[in-house]
Amino acid sequence: MDKFAFDVAHFLAGSLVLVSLMLLYQDRLSALLNVFAFQAMVLALSVAWQAYAQGAPHLYLTAAIALSVKAIIIPVALHRMIRRLGIHREVETAINIGPTMLAGLGLVALSMVVILRVTAAADMLAREDLAFALSVVLLGLLMMVTRRNAVSQVVGFMSLENGLILAATGAKGMPFVVEISVAFSVLIAFIVIGIFLFRIRERFDSVDLEALDDFRGESR
Amino acid sequence: MPTSGEGLILAIPLVTAALLIFISNYRLSARLNAASAFLTLLAALSLFVRKPAPGPYLLVDDLNIVFVVLNTFVGFTTAVFSASYIAHELETGRLTRAQLRFYHAMYQILLFAMSLSLLANNIGLMWVAIELATLTTVLMVGIYRTHEALEAAWKYFILGSVGIALALFGTILVYMAARPVVGEGPDGMVWTILIEHAAKLDPALLNLAFIFLLLGYGTKVGLAPLHAWLPDAHAEGPTPISAVLSGLLLNVALHAVLRFKLLLAANPGAIAPGPLLVTMGLVSLIFAGFMLYRRRDIKRLFAYSSIEHMGIIAFAFGMGGPLANFAGLLHMTMHSLTKSGIFFAVGHIAQAKDTQKIAEIRGLTVSHPLLGWGLVVGVAAIAGMPPLGVFMSEFLVVSSTFAREPLLAIPLVIGLLVAFGALLLKVHGLAFGEPTGVSHPVKASYLPMIAHFGLVLVAGLYLPPPLVAWFQHVAVLLH
Repeated sequence: MDKFAFDVAHFLAGSLVLVSLMLLYQDRLSALLNVFAFQAMVLALSVAWQAYAQGAPHLYLTAAIALSVKAIIIPVALHRMIRRLGIHREVETAINIGPTMLAGLGLVALSMVVILRVTAAADMLAREDLAFALSVVLLGLLMMVTRRNAVSQVVGFMSLENGLILAATGAKGMPFVVEISVAFSVLIAFIVIGIFLFRIRERFDSVDLEALDDFRGESR
Repeated sequence: MPTSGEGLILAIPLVTAALLIFISNYRLSARLNAASAFLTLLAALSLFVRKPAPGPYLLVDDLNIVFVVLNTFVGFTTAVFSASYIAHELETGRLTRAQLRFYHAMYQILLFAMSLSLLANNIGLMWVAIELATLTTVLMVGIYRTHEALEAAWKYFILGSVGIALALFGTILVYMAARPVVGEGPDGMVWTILIEHAAKLDPALLNLAFIFLLLGYGTKVGLAPLHAWLPDAHAEGPTPISAVLSGLLLNVALHAVLRFKLLLAANPGAIAPGPLLVTMGLVSLIFAGFMLYRRRDIKRLFAYSSIEHMGIIAFAFGMGGPLANFAGLLHMTMHSLTKSGIFFAVGHIAQAKDTQKIAEIRGLTVSHPLLGWGLVVGVAAIAGMPPLGVFMSEFLVVSSTFAREPLLAIPLVIGLLVAFGALLLKVHGLAFGEPTGVSHPVKASYLPMIAHFGLVLVAGLYLPPPLVAWFQHVAVLLH
C-alpha cells in the first residue's frame, strides 16, 4: 500500500477514536445521538477507504450498511423515541465527566501499548488499525459502564460494534460472512433493543435503569 | 434436502420453527415441538454410526459428538416437560396463545443455534450461532413482560452482548494470527485448518485473542466475575428456558472456550490457558458456594448452583490431563442431566405453590410427595451425595487434583463443602415440615424428571464401558 493510502486510512481510524472520546462527554441525549451519527459516518468513510485501498469491493457494501443504518436510520429513530419520551434534555452519568475522560485516555493508551507490543510481526497498517479498533471497543465499554440511561447504553454498545467493524475491515481478506454478520447483528440488536425500550416505556414511563433496579426479585 | 446426520440436526429445528409460527393450537404445537426434538436426537445419535468428513462449515469430531448428543437429549426431555408446563401457564393467563406460538418457534431456533455452534467448523460461524442463541434466549427470558422479567432480559442482553462483542474481537485476532500462515480468505477461520497450523501461528496474537475469547465466551459460561446476568435470567424466564440455559447453553459456550484452549495448547510459544481457567473456576465455585446461603428465590438458588458447577467444570478442564479432563466431561454431563431435572421439579413446584420464594414453600414431601421427593433426590445429586453420578465426577475431580496439585485441592474441597451445606439446609426447609401456604394439585408429567434422575443414578452406580472408553478418548484429545 502506498504512503498516501496508508496516511488516509490512519487518519480516518484515528478520527474514529477521537469521536469516541467526544461521545464520552456529551451530557444531552440528542447531542449524544448526533455525535454517534457522526462516528458512524467516519466509520463508513474509513471502511470505504479500506475497500478502495485493499481492492476489496465487497467492503463498499459494509460501508453502505454502516452509513445507511447506523448514521441515518438508527439515530433518527432514537431521536424520535427520546422526544416522545420527553427525555431529550439530559443524560445522567454515574461518575463525573473529568474522571471518565481520564479513564478514556487511559484505555486508549492501554490499547496502544498492548496491541503495538503484541503485533510487532504484523504489517504496519493492520496493527495500528487494530490498536485504534481496540480503543474504540474499550471506550464503548466504558460508556456502557458509566451511563445509567438505557438509550445511552445502547449508543455505547453501538459504538463498541463500530470498533469491531473497524477491526474486521482492517484484517485484510477476512471472510465476508463476518462483516455481514456484524452489520446484521447490529440490526437485530437494534430491533431487540427497540422492543425492549418500548416495553420499558409502557411499563415504567422511564428508561432509567436505576428505576428498574428496585424491582429485583430479592433485596440485597 | 440434506441427508447426512449433521445436516438433519440443523434442518429439523429450522423447518419445525417455520411450521410452529403458523400453528395456533398449543397442544398440537407442544407435541410437534417434542416430536421434532426427538427426531433431532435420533439424527444426533446417527453421528455415532456414520461420522461425516469435515467440510468448510461443519465439523463432526469426537469432542463435539458428546456435546451434541447431550444437547439434543436434554432438548427433547425439556420439550416434553415444557408441554405440561405451558398448559398451566396458559390456564393461569401468564402467557397468551400468541406468545406461546412465538415461544415454541423460539425454542426450536434456540436448539438450532446451539447445534450450529457445536457443529461449526468455522470460528466466525460459531460466533454467529452463539449470538443467535443469546438473542433467542433474551426474548424468551423477557416473555412474561413483568418488571422483573424485563429487567432480567435487559441485563442479560447488555452483558451477553458485551461478552459476545469481546468474543468477536478475539475471533478477529485469531484470524489475524492465522493470515500470515494459511493465507487470506475463508481458510483463516476454518477450525480444522487452524489447528493443523496452530504451532506456526504468532503466539503473542494468540495469547491476546484467548484473553478476549475467554472473557467473551466466559460471560456466557457464567464464570465469576462475569456471571451477573445468570441468576436473573434463570429466575424470571419460563422454567423450561431455565433448564435449557443451565443444562445446555452454558455447555455450548464452554465448548467454544475449549476449542480455543486446544488451539493454544497446540502452540508451544503461547501461554498455558489452564491456570486462567483454574482461577476463574475456583473463584466461581467458592463465590457461588457462599452466595447459595443468602438466596430467597428457589430458581435463583439453583442458578447460583449452576455457577458453582460451571466453576468445577472449568477448573477440571483447566487442570487438564487425561484424568481431570475425563472428570470434567463426566461432571458436565452429570450436571446437565441433574440440573435440568431439578428445574423440571422446580417448575411444577412453583406452579403448585404460586410462588418462587423459598420461605413460603414448606413440606413438599407431604403435600406433593412425588415432586417433593424428586426435589430431594435432585438436590442430593447436585450436592454430590453418593451414590449419584455427580458424586462420582466430583470425587474424580478432587482426587485427580490431590494427586497433582494438593494445594489447589484445599480451596476446591472447601468450596464443595460450603455449597453442600447450603443446599442441604435449603432443601430441608423446602421438602420437610408442615406444608404451608396455597397448594394446587399439579398435572405434571414426571417422566422427564424421573428419566434424568434415573440416568444420574445409573451413572453413579455403573458407567457402561463404551461410554468410559469414549470419554477417555476425548479426554486425551483435550490435552
